[in-house]
Amino acid sequence: MGTFYTVHFWLFSALAIGAALAMVTRKSPVASALWLVNVMFALAALYVMLGANFLGAAQVLVYAGAIMVVFVFVVMLLNLGENDVKERRSMGAALAAAAVGGALAAELFIVIRSAPQEMSTLLPVDSDALAPLANSLFTDNLIAFEVTSVLLLVALIGAVVLAKRSKATGEART
Amino acid sequence: MIREALLVSAVLFSIGVIGVLTRRNALILFMCVELMLNAVNLSFIALSRLHGVSGQVFVLFVMTVAAAEAAVGLAIVISVFRHYRTVDLGRIRLLRG
Repeated sequence: MGTFYTVHFWLFSALAIGAALAMVTRKSPVASALWLVNVMFALAALYVMLGANFLGAAQVLVYAGAIMVVFVFVVMLLNLGENDVKERRSMGAALAAAAVGGALAAELFIVIRSAPQEMSTLLPVDSDALAPLANSLFTDNLIAFEVTSVLLLVALIGAVVLAKRSKATGEART
Repeated sequence: MIREALLVSAVLFSIGVIGVLTRRNALILFMCVELMLNAVNLSFIALSRLHGVSGQVFVLFVMTVAAAEAAVGLAIVISVFRHYRTVDLGRIRLLRG
């Protein structure tokens, strides 16, 4: 791995982590959503650097494009200001949350550190970005793929049923 | 590079966990869950460089489930907001309307 690669790897990693921290700490949901888009883009760059070109593109299209638009759309629809939610947790609760998160991170670090050393023998990246992925998706994982389509249908119907207003009153169901 | 990617993924996941534990805005909570899903995707992709392409297939499935989860979750947030006029999880206490 050349210096160019390493520098950019850490650049995008730092971008992702910094944007994630900003997302968690912003008060306004719109600011949070935009920082999250930033995280998604940095992660897409990391995916491409790790040889998953198609998933990098899918990340930008599906996550940054579609899912985050839904989020921003809902924020706008609910017309939330910055002061609608009282973000007051006791200091103890915040410290406990930080302790849990820190403990989790430390645990994961230890696990990764104690992993076997063979992590330097990488598989070659196929120049064809899509064919190996499609091969695996439509042969070994065909049933999971079909189940996923049913899941999407269920989510579609569920979202419509949950969000629609009842016909009788024209108001929200209570 | 794999180890470093896994470390970044662990940091992002922990930030997501801290967000879920500290924030009260339902929408930001959902965004933190998305962040955690993304962190897991990163480690799937990093490990697919060692163990073959099936890790990438799983990332596709995770993306699909995340999309479904966002659609249904946000629909629930909308219908809760219609009832309580807030997305403050500290003030939403009852499941029945």
